[in-house]
Amino acid sequence: MPVIELRGITKRFGSLVANDHVDFDVETGEIHALLGENGAGKSTLMKILYGLYQPDGGEILINGSPVHLKSPADAIANGIGFVSQHFSLVPTFTVSENVLLGHEGGFLIDKAAMKQRVTAMADSLGMNLDPDAVVGKLAVGQQQRVEILKALYRKCRVLIMDEPTAVLTPQDTEKLFETLRHLQAQGMSVIIITHKLNEVLAVSQRVTVLRLGKVVGRTATADTTQTGLAEMMVGRKTVTVVRNSEHKVGDLAKLDVRDLHMTDKRGGLLLRGLSLSARGGEIVGIAGVAGNGQSELVSVLTGMAVPQSGSVLVNVQPMPFGQPKALAKLKIARIPEDRLRGIIGDLSVADNLMLEQSDQFTSFGHLKNRQIRENAEKLIRDFQIKASPNDPARTLSGGNIQKIILARSLAQDPEVIIASQPTRGLDVGATEYVHQKLIEQKQRGAAVLLISEDLDEILVLSDRILVIYEGRIAGEFAAENADIQAIGALMTGANLSPEAGLAGA
Amino acid sequence: MSFKIERVPAPVWMRPLFIVLAVFITFLLVSTLVLAAGASPITAFYELLIDPLTRTGARADILMLATPILFTGIAVAIAFVAGYYNVGAEGQLYAGAILAAWVGVQAEGMQPYVAIPLMLAAGFLAGMVWALVPALLKAYLSVDEVVTTLLLNSVMLFFVSALLNGPWRDPVSNWPQSPTIATSAQFPVIIPRSRVHFGAIMAVIIALATWWMLSRTRFGLELRAIGKNKDAAKFLGIPVKRRLIAAALISGGIAGLAGVSEVGGIHYYLIGTLSPGFGYTGIIVATLGALTIPGVFISALFLSLINRGSISASRELDVPVYLSDVIQAVLLLVTLATLLLTQYRIRRER
Repeated sequence: MPVIELRGITKRFGSLVANDHVDFDVETGEIHALLGENGAGKSTLMKILYGLYQPDGGEILINGSPVHLKSPADAIANGIGFVSQHFSLVPTFTVSENVLLGHEGGFLIDKAAMKQRVTAMADSLGMNLDPDAVVGKLAVGQQQRVEILKALYRKCRVLIMDEPTAVLTPQDTEKLFETLRHLQAQGMSVIIITHKLNEVLAVSQRVTVLRLGKVVGRTATADTTQTGLAEMMVGRKTVTVVRNSEHKVGDLAKLDVRDLHMTDKRGGLLLRGLSLSARGGEIVGIAGVAGNGQSELVSVLTGMAVPQSGSVLVNVQPMPFGQPKALAKLKIARIPEDRLRGIIGDLSVADNLMLEQSDQFTSFGHLKNRQIRENAEKLIRDFQIKASPNDPARTLSGGNIQKIILARSLAQDPEVIIASQPTRGLDVGATEYVHQKLIEQKQRGAAVLLISEDLDEILVLSDRILVIYEGRIAGEFAAENADIQAIGALMTGANLSPEAGLAGA
Repeated sequence: MSFKIERVPAPVWMRPLFIVLAVFITFLLVSTLVLAAGASPITAFYELLIDPLTRTGARADILMLATPILFTGIAVAIAFVAGYYNVGAEGQLYAGAILAAWVGVQAEGMQPYVAIPLMLAAGFLAGMVWALVPALLKAYLSVDEVVTTLLLNSVMLFFVSALLNGPWRDPVSNWPQSPTIATSAQFPVIIPRSRVHFGAIMAVIIALATWWMLSRTRFGLELRAIGKNKDAAKFLGIPVKRRLIAAALISGGIAGLAGVSEVGGIHYYLIGTLSPGFGYTGIIVATLGALTIPGVFISALFLSLINRGSISASRELDVPVYLSDVIQAVLLLVTLATLLLTQYRIRRER
């Protein structure tokens, strides 16, 4: 009998079906991998199991009996533990204080006993952890171990780990896997949410694959390969590509990114020598699983972040870093990942349509209101924005907000376009409109860099596809012979070996 | 049937109504205090709101009382519009007053048209200097400006005390006050037989200039953009740090002018009780005015009316004169609460 069984779980967020009749079960003493792309519904499913979300349909059985998990407290009482990517630890408390917090027992705390217990637990899992160490001074890998101890202290029998290796170094990952095997040896079950194929193969006994909210595969890990998993995860996509071949791709790289390196505050590597180029008249798509450096690349190219080293040339001129204003002069159009960061919702549509080029609309600091209004009326007409110039921008729909961003940047006849998630959250009509505009721009001769989590979008629009993995470009495909399985494998960091039968590495 | 709260902002035309509603609720709440003092609320509100308007002397008093809080209200509004929460107008006011008083004392023998502009410039400069450090800390180290500007108010008050009890004490007076400024540096009275002085004209000029700046210049547009969405403002190429510092300095400078106006137009010397909290009242004025200059103008006059009215109300009805302070404080809280309501809509569901 499985320790956890989810039957026909359905969860909707508005019109989006995040989980569509998902069946999922975990046996006692197994490590079960839950695999899927971003947005496949893995986290939603696990949040339902942890009582954070209530399902719209289906039932949850623990040890064969149906339960209602109304809150995480219910889930904990039923022996379920959850280690999120974002730890909930008190940095100024010690390891044992953090483990105990919320479950101190009586009024008085027996410090010696509590320390002893935490040490015993840590030792049984082969963890080397000082119970008196202050958590804020521990490395990320050790903090994660504290989170695991917290779950164990609450008598958890099933531990859910959400992308546990995302923040870890390879050495820490190996240690984590050892810990998980110790847990397994003690008869506990572990669910590991991941999109990294090698981890699935390394640590799990069974794997369930989700795609677009549905279960698309359920298999024993021993019976599958990286290729097989990659195929299940990204699916067999049939993409009809309509490309206009009448325009010419230039010889010159209008955008030339060379050897970008960037680290976060804790020294984690975000970009590791990323280089790429885009010529006039082509759309270069960046495919990849979220969190592999796309956001950082976009931040650098849109003037919002400064890399540690590397250079960017636009039409052979060096692009200054961290100066959004300078980018307009280099004729770089920017479509930001989060469109609400591209507009100021409380200002009018007309103001939003001129702020990026405010020099053109001021004389000696005084706003030229007539020109601002005429500019707004023209762009509203040309880009079919459903709004009047004086409307506050926040009252517009997502599609119309995106049109404001497109209008003001594309009206400048850009040389280079950085489009990050340009259609995220848009309806079909608006998506088509954005695609059409990007194709028009490439035919005009602009170099378009398209960064998207939507692989279909990349496949439909791009002339060349680059795969980003762990902060650098892991492979390149021409659009004509893009091999979806090979792209999927590269995206997930699979080791491409000849016997795996993959091309394009 | 149930009720559901949704985050839907109220339409723009409805917002002034919320302020009116806040005033109404405030008077309802304050009525309980008036009743407790054994007076009729109706008579009390007549004395507070109507009676001062019927008498010439009281009308002039309202203009005199409105002058400093118009300055500080504008100062606070500019900073708040840019999302910089300067609550240090009180300290910046005193900074302006100190330097203006010093210039005024030195102005012996100067013509008024030299001495008065010099005092204004000195006061503006001093206010800016006192606002500078919190602005730099905020822009470059993200230190919370609410804490720094607020605490610097106390530093300034003690500094003024130290000055007036020590090196700058007027040798001929028993009180801790500075020497009197030169006659030529004293602001002319603009309404005969009243204490309405040149500072009132300055305040109106500053209000018009600020209104023009915020609504018609790129600088003003950029400040509004930063106040609404700092990230997007940065994305759009606005130099956020420099604009924040500029907004903080202008705010401090205008607060400094309030100090100049009180020294030059009312007291003619510096004293430790120059301001009964004009800097803090400025926060109420700016908030009630919904951070718009016309709004600030109206609320400065309205609060002065209540202030003046409370004097006659206490004389006629024997209610404490502090009633006006209570009204101001309650009004601020109720206004903030109703402004929060403008962001939501309650819908009935079946």
